[in-house]
Amino acid sequence: MQLSLTVNGQAVNVDVEPRTLLVHLLREDLGLTGTHVGCETSYCGACTVHVDGTTVKSCAMLAVQAAGTEVTTIEGLGNGALHPVQEGFWERHGLQCGYCTPGMIMSAAGLLADNDNPTEAEIRHGIEGNLCRCTGYHNIVRAVEYAAAKMRGDEPSAPDWEGEA
Amino acid sequence: MTTTTSALGGAIRRREDPALIRGLGRYVDDIKLPNETAVVFVRSPFARAKVLSIDTSEALAIEGVLAVYTSDDVADLGPLIAQLSFAPRPLLNGGEVKHVGEAVAMVVAENRYIAQDGADAVFVDYDPMEPVLDLKDALSDRQLVHADAESNTLVSWAGPFGAEPEDQQAVKDQIDAAKLRDDVVVVAQEMTNQRLIPTAIEPRRVLAEWRGGYESLNVWSSTQIPHALAGAIGVSLGLPSTSVRVVAPEVGGGFGAKLNVYNDEILVSWAARQLGRPVRWAETRREAANSTIHGRGWIGTATIVGTRDGEILGYEFEGIADMGAYTQNFTVAIPFLGLFVGSGQYKMPTYWNIDCVVTNTVTTDAYRGAGRPEAIYYLERIIDMYARDIGMDPTDVRRKNFIAKEDFPGAVSPVGFAMDTGDYAKNLDALVDAAGYEALKAERDAARAEGRHVGIGVASYVEVCGFAPSGLAELGFNWAGYGLPSAFNGSGLVRVNPDATATVIIGTGPTGQGHQTTWAQLVSDRLGIPVENITVKHGDTADSPMGIGTFGSRSAAVDGTAAYQAADRVREKAAKLAAHLLEASEDDIVFADGGAHVAGSPESRAEWSDIAAIAYQVHKAPEGTEPGLESEVFFTPSNATWPFGSHLAMVEVDPETGNVEILRYITADDCGNVINPMIVHGQIHGGIAQGIGQALFEDAIYDSDGNLLTGSLVDYPIPTAADLPFFELHSTVTPTDVNPMGVKGVGEAGTIGSAQTIVNAVVDALEPLGVRHIDMPLRPRRVWEAIQVANSEGR
Repeated sequence: MQLSLTVNGQAVNVDVEPRTLLVHLLREDLGLTGTHVGCETSYCGACTVHVDGTTVKSCAMLAVQAAGTEVTTIEGLGNGALHPVQEGFWERHGLQCGYCTPGMIMSAAGLLADNDNPTEAEIRHGIEGNLCRCTGYHNIVRAVEYAAAKMRGDEPSAPDWEGEA
Repeated sequence: MTTTTSALGGAIRRREDPALIRGLGRYVDDIKLPNETAVVFVRSPFARAKVLSIDTSEALAIEGVLAVYTSDDVADLGPLIAQLSFAPRPLLNGGEVKHVGEAVAMVVAENRYIAQDGADAVFVDYDPMEPVLDLKDALSDRQLVHADAESNTLVSWAGPFGAEPEDQQAVKDQIDAAKLRDDVVVVAQEMTNQRLIPTAIEPRRVLAEWRGGYESLNVWSSTQIPHALAGAIGVSLGLPSTSVRVVAPEVGGGFGAKLNVYNDEILVSWAARQLGRPVRWAETRREAANSTIHGRGWIGTATIVGTRDGEILGYEFEGIADMGAYTQNFTVAIPFLGLFVGSGQYKMPTYWNIDCVVTNTVTTDAYRGAGRPEAIYYLERIIDMYARDIGMDPTDVRRKNFIAKEDFPGAVSPVGFAMDTGDYAKNLDALVDAAGYEALKAERDAARAEGRHVGIGVASYVEVCGFAPSGLAELGFNWAGYGLPSAFNGSGLVRVNPDATATVIIGTGPTGQGHQTTWAQLVSDRLGIPVENITVKHGDTADSPMGIGTFGSRSAAVDGTAAYQAADRVREKAAKLAAHLLEASEDDIVFADGGAHVAGSPESRAEWSDIAAIAYQVHKAPEGTEPGLESEVFFTPSNATWPFGSHLAMVEVDPETGNVEILRYITADDCGNVINPMIVHGQIHGGIAQGIGQALFEDAIYDSDGNLLTGSLVDYPIPTAADLPFFELHSTVTPTDVNPMGVKGVGEAGTIGSAQTIVNAVVDALEPLGVRHIDMPLRPRRVWEAIQVANSEGR
């Protein structure tokens, strides 16, 4: 069936099977492979995107449900530059294998859009729908703190590895 | 000839990240080929059953289904033989299936959705049989998992390793004699180290393309071992190694699960040749849980006999390890790795034995730590119980029994292995100081006085990694079945290009460890070429020197050394060329700031571009110079490395709910010299999280019919951000003497150090209630029940 929506600012018109998942539309039809698939129960969060500004797991949504919406994926997050969360992940070693990273960054960006000065607990609960097996989340939380400071115009605190005894 | 600038030790941002944070990383599923087909496997719903018939006609009638293959179609390929030739796996099982999830048929279709429709239309008639699931039952050989085998026990590993059985018995007799003394305490505890599911966030994926005319295969796989996979595919399909190119592009985590050659990798490659079209398979999370390897799965009893003032007179471990249904790359070697660290970093008579038995479950193999977390868990739990029983601080008991710094070099562990370097007391002291241990204990006691249940757990560990003694391969831990050499070599090629950039190509298979960054640093250190001018490549068997991949915390220590030595050889040649350009002696050439100069005369300088220019135009170089500026080195170390450390956890238990909250987690790890402290921190963080996952949450549970009850992330809870605290890292530095950089390896250390630290802390918190031990995972219900049992026993 015919479907129209906006993805990363571009108007998209595609013909999809009704059973097609949004994540498959993004990856297979539009070639936006930064959105990943890590499970089939919507638990891992690797497929997280923004739909009309809301954080959504794109494996748990049919493509046709996104008709008429504005979808932002990791490829469109920074509008050509690095979003502060992306910068934070690079500066604070918030990623290792990188597979959960796009979804994690989208969740964190969604969190900071609502609250640019979250506590550690608010960050941890804000990203608990996104699983990472590499980092133990320590540096992900630090990366989000870094991004929040940047977005507020504050100086981020020094990286932990500089303070090691 | 010296280098005065050093990139070693710098927290340089990763080269891998700019693509990954933009969603531009390229994993197997991001690579698209024209005219692709898709595979879905039909898998056994029974743990043990005879396959009576398979009806594929309805599936083949679906438009878009291209082929349905069963065991008869692939009989010529033979089984997949790993090491020790135990329990080889059929590629597709048409006889007796041996675990839920074993593949019996393979459907290839125009796309994934149609392939799934086809798989749903394959009808298999099974005759179910009673599965073997319990480890003690398996050990009894009441029923054999492999009907043609003599026993379910594939092998037993005993220590002291290398000793004759009568000498091992003599150690046991010595320990038994000590138990009879009247000035000792004997502490014994049966404990479970439960089965785990590795759970890389990227499940496994395979894409294969047959190149007609060239009669060769291109295979993309999410693997830690591209060269071994190329070898295995070649052996199975009758192709020379040069006709199989395996690419491991970005790999979304591995943790040992991708340190294997899997049936699907062979089958997808074979189907691509059969059909003449590219074939893709993408594992679902449920398939990952039911057909990719599991880890751990030990039961056992640890026993200590020691004096009342903390001198350990003997340590015994008797265990059974669950191999699952088959043997894969390292299945039976994992408990052997446990034996390596069976006596930890302690000096005490040790008798250690484990029986490796098959069951009707998913095969186990290497999962982060691989045998070492299990062995250290038993040891560090029982030492903690011993300390409690004699009323001594657990750090004092450990300190009293450590192998001394003075025993190095030349220390041999009680279980019979030569250790490289160690300073265990210094490391534990560093943790105690950094944590403010005495103050923490006072804080705990004050909390207890308020009626809170706060506990502190400490555990030390030693591990062994960076393999190393290639003679071990002769025990059977080799991949001869894949056409690979029986040795644990590392490899690295370093090339200075005509434009003065450098290319480094290594035989590793990283899954997020940052090799592109670390290798650029270590080569920059040797050549003085800036890190940003060095490109590191890995994971493509078409251009990388033969390497055995990334696992066992080995890459920096072994493959890193190969690249380091290759860089040194390039530097030696470059020094000759620079000496020619500068009309100086090569002994006086110093490499610094992106070029070379004469010692004491920085103005007498040749740029790397000048050196490279004459290296590739040797009519301008000294007579006899061979063109080119590169070196490829294979390195095999004289021994493994033995990192170590000490961890401390402070927890609070809610006795009403049984919930465990981690208040503090503090470590002092010693991985020798550090190339990039940022990356080392990241490795330790991730390792700790996986150890905490085992301690508190994760458990692969089979029901009495052999169904895996925890096959999705809903039922198998890996830690979330909300479950974990910040980790407070400290370190000591004891360089190894088996490689020139003095690096030991750090990929598994956090996991090996952490699970028992958490359990020790929880038991400490509940000690006033009379709880002595709780088996992992310490989920709220299990903790709550332990409290109820202790209460009912009247403490």
